Amino acid sequence: MGKLHWAAIPLDQPLAMAASLTIIVGFLVLFAIVTWKGWWPTLWREWLTSVDHKRIGVMYVLLAFVLLLRGFIDALMMRSQLAIAAGAAPGYLPPEHYDQIFSAHGTIMIFFMAMPFMVGLMNFVVPLQLGVRDVAFPVLNSVSFWLTASGALLVNVSLVIGEFARTGWLAYPPLSELQFSPGVGVDYYLWALQIAGVGTLLAGINLVTTILKVRAPGMSYMRMPVFCWTALASNMLIVAAFPILTATFAMLLLDRYVGMHFFTNDGGGNAMLYFNLIWAWGHPEVYILILPAFGVFSEVIAVFAGKRLFGYRSMVMATLAICVLSFMVWLHHFFTMGAGADVNGFFGIMTMIIAVPTGVKIFSWLFTLYRGRIRFEVPLLWAIGFMVTFVIGGMTGVLMAVPPADFVLHNSLFLVAHFHNVIIGGVLFGGMAGFNYWFPKAFGFTLDRRWGTVSFWCWLVGFYFAFMPLYALGLLGMTRRMQHYADASWQPYLIVAEFGALIILCGIVAMIVQLVVSIRTRDRRRDLSGDPWNGRTLEWSTASPPPTYNFAVLPVVESLDAHWESKHRASQPPAAARAPTDYADIEIPARSANGFVTAVFAVLTGFALVWHVWWVVIAGMTGALLTLLAFGWTPRRDSIVAAGDLASDDIARREMRAGAGGNTPA
Amino acid sequence: MPGVLDPRGPIAAAERLILLDATAIMLVVVVPVIVMTLAFAWWYRAANRRALYRPDWAYSGQIELTVWAIPAMVVLLLGGVGWIASHDLDPGRSLQAGAAPLRIDAVSLDWKWLFIYPDAGVATVDELVVPVGVPLRFELTSATVMNAFFVPQLGSQIYTMPGMTTHLNLLAAGTGDFPGLSSHFSGSGFSDMRFIVRSVSAPQYAAWLARTRSAAPTLDRTSYASLARAGSRSPFSAYGQVTPMLFEQIIEWSAPATAARAQAR
Repeated sequence: MGKLHWAAIPLDQPLAMAASLTIIVGFLVLFAIVTWKGWWPTLWREWLTSVDHKRIGVMYVLLAFVLLLRGFIDALMMRSQLAIAAGAAPGYLPPEHYDQIFSAHGTIMIFFMAMPFMVGLMNFVVPLQLGVRDVAFPVLNSVSFWLTASGALLVNVSLVIGEFARTGWLAYPPLSELQFSPGVGVDYYLWALQIAGVGTLLAGINLVTTILKVRAPGMSYMRMPVFCWTALASNMLIVAAFPILTATFAMLLLDRYVGMHFFTNDGGGNAMLYFNLIWAWGHPEVYILILPAFGVFSEVIAVFAGKRLFGYRSMVMATLAICVLSFMVWLHHFFTMGAGADVNGFFGIMTMIIAVPTGVKIFSWLFTLYRGRIRFEVPLLWAIGFMVTFVIGGMTGVLMAVPPADFVLHNSLFLVAHFHNVIIGGVLFGGMAGFNYWFPKAFGFTLDRRWGTVSFWCWLVGFYFAFMPLYALGLLGMTRRMQHYADASWQPYLIVAEFGALIILCGIVAMIVQLVVSIRTRDRRRDLSGDPWNGRTLEWSTASPPPTYNFAVLPVVESLDAHWESKHRASQPPAAARAPTDYADIEIPARSANGFVTAVFAVLTGFALVWHVWWVVIAGMTGALLTLLAFGWTPRRDSIVAAGDLASDDIARREMRAGAGGNTPA
Repeated sequence: MPGVLDPRGPIAAAERLILLDATAIMLVVVVPVIVMTLAFAWWYRAANRRALYRPDWAYSGQIELTVWAIPAMVVLLLGGVGWIASHDLDPGRSLQAGAAPLRIDAVSLDWKWLFIYPDAGVATVDELVVPVGVPLRFELTSATVMNAFFVPQLGSQIYTMPGMTTHLNLLAAGTGDFPGLSSHFSGSGFSDMRFIVRSVSAPQYAAWLARTRSAAPTLDRTSYASLARAGSRSPFSAYGQVTPMLFEQIIEWSAPATAARAQAR
């Protein structure tokens, strides 16, 4: 069994064991409920093997929420450790444990919370906005999701069996080399991210292809909703950047598994190479996350201001500019490596230049609000909260782009505050805005507004309490990743930060309550119109939830904001209300277990690689390969929706929506 | 409150000035944006029937020009500041002061700092005694994983990397004790990897040097090996004599020190 032994289960660590038990019991309870209710066949057919982009999108977001809880528990543990570990007090988490927690927190929040959240929203929304029936490669889409979920599972397995990395979320060598990290923690980290990384890359290829090649008739580039543009930019970045990550981790794995010397201290290795490579992926990565969020805000602000987005062309140009520039700034993550004044100066200026297109976006949203008629629904609250919060985070980011300022702020809590300011204030707020905005489209009923508002305010206020003290601490000279500190004058700030984290906890609880309340009262909050917000883009022109095929007949797009324009064309009733006459048979890709089965083998292989159980590695890889071959040799058995059935279905849906009154122009 | 806003040397003071200037320049734009966001959101609320509503207004050449120009001009200004400051405050650039510079070789170990004074032939651990007003010329390396040398009140931090050296020039303009730390995570003893910089007057420095030379043990290959062993504690806090070229050798053989760490686990 390789390195695997009963001793790998950390029975001596009560906290880790309690967490593991909670997870295992949670899984068992879930398993029991599903079995007892007899949900397995439905779950298997409708979800686990689904290749419908909408279902896959929903599963991505669900994955993100589950991992948000895990990552947030890590955050609470860190905050409470630092709130007490002042002066001589050691706190309750020894360094061995604390170091795993901050590594896991970063890894989970970026790779398994923020990424699935954004990829999920893009998966769900992009085909609907483009007016098409699915992504370019539906089965590949399912494989992508399940590989991402495999990575997430492996990270959590490390809690129960073995340990996680103690190196920080980017596993810088030489600390992450075998010499300094002989345990399995770094291996868990590397294999989990290698597997999830392949999933992300495939998802990127899929969405780029979809946006470039699969659009409704008439949907030219300059008629695409801005969210599709940001999704295109984000996925192009995925396609360009994720191979770098895979290659970098592959080199570190070669160092660790076969004794090579890419980044080791000896044998001619050089860790500086890793710094450059990881950030050549890492900086584009932050734009991979933020660009879709910018897209969400562009949609939400235009819809709830009841107004066309200001400066559409500028918005598109700014998005593409950010996309290109994001590859030219990576060195600002290590100005303090001594690269010299010219190099530092160049990368500092390149970094500042990104602030120009970003600033343009902020102004465009501002002028979209201007002379609008603003409805303060929950998605808009998140958008306004974002605009105020994000400019502060942007400012501190540009501040650190000035190399001499970075010389005193680098790696301090100021930096920690900065990136939480943009990731929470930008990506997470964007995700929440999108979640509240598109939920009725996905499930056919709206989310509870009151609890959604409570959640927003808790997150917003909690964020400021949790992170403003960290800015101050950074200026006071406190560096990141400390497990305890001698300077007791830092403690009050850290107690305030813990208080902020607890307010955010209330925000998360409110989120859960919002979901539960909304589901329980779903019959009262059904949206039969398919267009609860008076939307502008094509996803609002079909039913909620949309039929598997999205559109009975593909819409013909004649302008930007196609749905809004069709509602406002005075001479004829809205396109959504007119039944077309040209129904034709539709092929729907059959469900496929390929993704799920591949994921099972991927988890097995990854786990066995971590523990050096070579026969399982061979078995797992063979299994995955056979799954692929079996899929390749299976004849296509797409189901057909006949034109007649399609027509009657569609007409029934249209009547239902017309009966609901729809959202006629105000 | 020791920190980067309480500088005790010219580098830290210049960096604080840049920090404040850059913040001020950006606040000129950021504050109006925040105010406008809240003001627009409030005034154009759906309930306010006095507010103008122009659902199809989505383009204005003048506004477009302005919104591209404002951030561009801010960046132009900040970029200039950044470029000039990068050169003026380059860590490798030597400082001009009346006195000849004091050379210090710094080594990050698991998890402590070794400071070798190559000209005086003494060494200290986790305590750096320097004469006030004298330029300090650091050469830094690591005998273990990467770390970063940082004294917030003196300014600029710099990475220490095994098998390589980095360069840093600082100056303490006033006397006093300034806390320093490693600002790059380096493993389980990282949080204790603190040191103190004691800036003292020239006579006090000379007296300290004489005292250290006479009393403390020798730092040679053997005593270095025991010092380099993993842990935050050091057997001695100062060494009165240092084998010549030890620092250069440490750069060459980060291997023995790291082997010791592997054994200690």
